[in-house]
Amino acid sequence: MSKLTLKTEGDTHIVVTRRFAAPPEAIYRAHTDPKLIQKWLLGPEGWTMPVCINEARPGGNFRYEWTNAKGRGFYVTGEYLELEPYSRIVHVERMYLPDPTPDNHVETRFDAAGTGTLMTMRMTLPDAQTRAAMLATNMERGMEASYARLEGML
Amino acid sequence: MEAALNLDSTFSALADPTRRAILARLAKGEATVMELAQPFEMTQPAISQHLKVLEDAGLVVRRVDGTKRPRRLAKAGIEAMDQWLAMLRKALEKNYDRLDEVLASMEQPKRKRGEKS
Repeated sequence: MSKLTLKTEGDTHIVVTRRFAAPPEAIYRAHTDPKLIQKWLLGPEGWTMPVCINEARPGGNFRYEWTNAKGRGFYVTGEYLELEPYSRIVHVERMYLPDPTPDNHVETRFDAAGTGTLMTMRMTLPDAQTRAAMLATNMERGMEASYARLEGML
Repeated sequence: MEAALNLDSTFSALADPTRRAILARLAKGEATVMELAQPFEMTQPAISQHLKVLEDAGLVVRRVDGTKRPRRLAKAGIEAMDQWLAMLRKALEKNYDRLDEVLASMEQPKRKRGEKS
C-alpha cells in the first residue's frame, strides 16, 4: 500500500501526490521551517543535511547541503517565486553535482482533504533530456544507498 | 540472474550524461545516428561511440532499414527508464514517511486528552 503517486506528464513534467494525516498548515511549516526540513528532506538512508538555509518569502533563497558517512556530498540552491500560506509554494531549484543541473520549476500545493492534506507537487524541467537525467541522478543516489546497506550486511 | 550480471555494464553505460540523454531521446521513439547527433553538438562518430557502449550494455538495439541503422531502446533500456522513476519514488517515499513522523511529533502538544470521538 502506497500513499504516494509519481508519474511523468508530457515531455517535461513530473507530478507527485501524497496524502498526509496532518492539516495543510503543518505540512506547509514542515516545508519552510529549516529545523523541520532538516529532519525529513534527506532522501535515501544514510544522508544528513548539516546546512539548511531557508528564506521563506517571495524572492527569498534556500540552500540545502547533504552529506553521508563517506564524506560525499552535494547541494541544492533555489529561489522562492510565490508563497501562499498555507496552500501553495512555487520555487525554482537546481542541484550541484558539482556542476549545476538545469533549473527545476516546482509548484507545490497543499489542499485540505478531510481532516488531512493532499499534497500535489508538479515539477517542470526545461526538456525531456533534463527530466531523464534528473531521474537517473536519483537512481544513482538510490543505488548508492542500496550498496551502503549491502556493505553493512556483509 | 542475468540482470545482476549486467548491472555493472548498465551502470557504467548510464554514468555518462550524454548517454542518459540519448536514452531519453530514444524513449520518445526510434532515431538514426544523425538524428541523435543533432541536439548534442557532437560529431556522428562521437555519438556512435556512445551508442556502442549502450548497445554493449544491452540498453539499445539497432535495426537495418536500407542504408540506415535506426536505434531504439531495448527491453533493458526501457526497464532502466522505469527504474529511474522507481528510485525517485523510493527516495520521495522515504522523505514523506519521515515527514509523517515529524508531523506527528508537532501535533502532540496540541492534542486534547479525553476528547469525544
